[in-house]
Amino acid sequence: MKLPDIEYIRPSTLDEAVRLLAAPDAKVLAGGQSLLPLMAYRLAAPRILVDIGRLSELRGMRSDAHGLVLGALVRWRDIENDPCIAAAHPLLREAVSHVAHYQIRNRGTVGGSLAHADPAAELPAVALACGAGIVAIGPTGRRMIEAADFLEAPLTTALKSDEIIVELRLPPWPPTRRFVFEEFVRRRGDFALAGVCLFYDLDGEGRMVSPCVVAFGATEIQQRISMLEEYLAGRRLDEVVCAEAGEMASAAIDAVEDMHAPQDYRRALFGTLVERALIRSMTSGGGHVH
Amino acid sequence: MFIEMMVNGRRVSGDVPPRTTLADFLRGSLHLTGTHLGCEHGVCGACTVIMDDVAVRGCLTLAVQADGCDVTTVEGLAGDADLSPLQAAFRKNHALQCGFCTPGILTTMHALLSSEPDADEARIREVLTGNICRCTGYIPIIKAVLEARDAYRPTQKVTVDAAE
Repeated sequence: MKLPDIEYIRPSTLDEAVRLLAAPDAKVLAGGQSLLPLMAYRLAAPRILVDIGRLSELRGMRSDAHGLVLGALVRWRDIENDPCIAAAHPLLREAVSHVAHYQIRNRGTVGGSLAHADPAAELPAVALACGAGIVAIGPTGRRMIEAADFLEAPLTTALKSDEIIVELRLPPWPPTRRFVFEEFVRRRGDFALAGVCLFYDLDGEGRMVSPCVVAFGATEIQQRISMLEEYLAGRRLDEVVCAEAGEMASAAIDAVEDMHAPQDYRRALFGTLVERALIRSMTSGGGHVH
Repeated sequence: MFIEMMVNGRRVSGDVPPRTTLADFLRGSLHLTGTHLGCEHGVCGACTVIMDDVAVRGCLTLAVQADGCDVTTVEGLAGDADLSPLQAAFRKNHALQCGFCTPGILTTMHALLSSEPDADEARIREVLTGNICRCTGYIPIIKAVLEARDAYRPTQKVTVDAAE
């Protein structure tokens, strides 16, 4: 469908962008890969688009002892093509390989994915799992929002209508940490029917320490499965534990139901993915094997 | 809003309502109807064009966002020749039937091979998931793309440089 009529402004500074956003029904446009389809479907009807796409100050990526910082305008292709990211944050790199299709990865941005907060989106799952912070700027200055507080409901975040995401801050990634990012899609790049992002560290005895399990796609919103994390903590992984964890995962989620899959299917799928992910984590060391 | 951009090596301009997508601007204002619109919400890939060297969805890019950019459509792939090497490989391998998806697949694969001339079959298949073809079953498309890779490798240029 054609887009509804709209005003368009392209500010040249971030401050100007914040000022423009104060207008009623103004919305930020970055890559447009989520917002424009929403507008085509009349699910979003902003009156003014404030295009921040050329604010180069939002493009930076840097990695240091405090972790990894991704500017809001970093595109999926930037993450894919940067070998430093693969080393600094292998979970992020793996998650991004599942994001949308080639053409969309060339335009879609970190800030856009977070602000859009699709329940099946990969980046919010990584942000939640890693305890990331989202830095936003508004009329009263900057503030940092914890990922857990940021994601409120499907397509709903703690971001105020006059705030712009500036960057995502991911804590440092321990190189020995084991992780798996697994999702099920009908066609690669489509929205996941269910997905799991999990990681854990191992103590000297091979027992799991601080396991973290995040569900996405199958649930209303990206969420940590604390019941499963408690079960896994302190255990050594074997096939029995993996199978039990899968069953527990199925029972733990409140699965969504829509035209793509019924609730029972998503519940079962999530359990299978968790079991598979844990089995894979045993053999794939710190990385992953497809 | 007044916009200006390079399209297939030619400077073009126009006054467009901001809601105009790049695909509609190319088709409606510039009459470059080789860019096809299928789903208009970023799923089918038929409208893919190349903007500043990367493949983008023409339906998910506003014309005003392309202001000042360099755009290549399917009409610009062959330059002065009849067919580019990629297009010739499509013809030879019957990589199209109805042809509706073909412009989007050609632009996508041209952008891919231009930046990754050694893309293997797995990579080509992965990138092709962004384009829907309902006729061919993709097999001849993959064959054609694999065959066209040679034309994107810098062998010739290296020879010329070495001779200089």
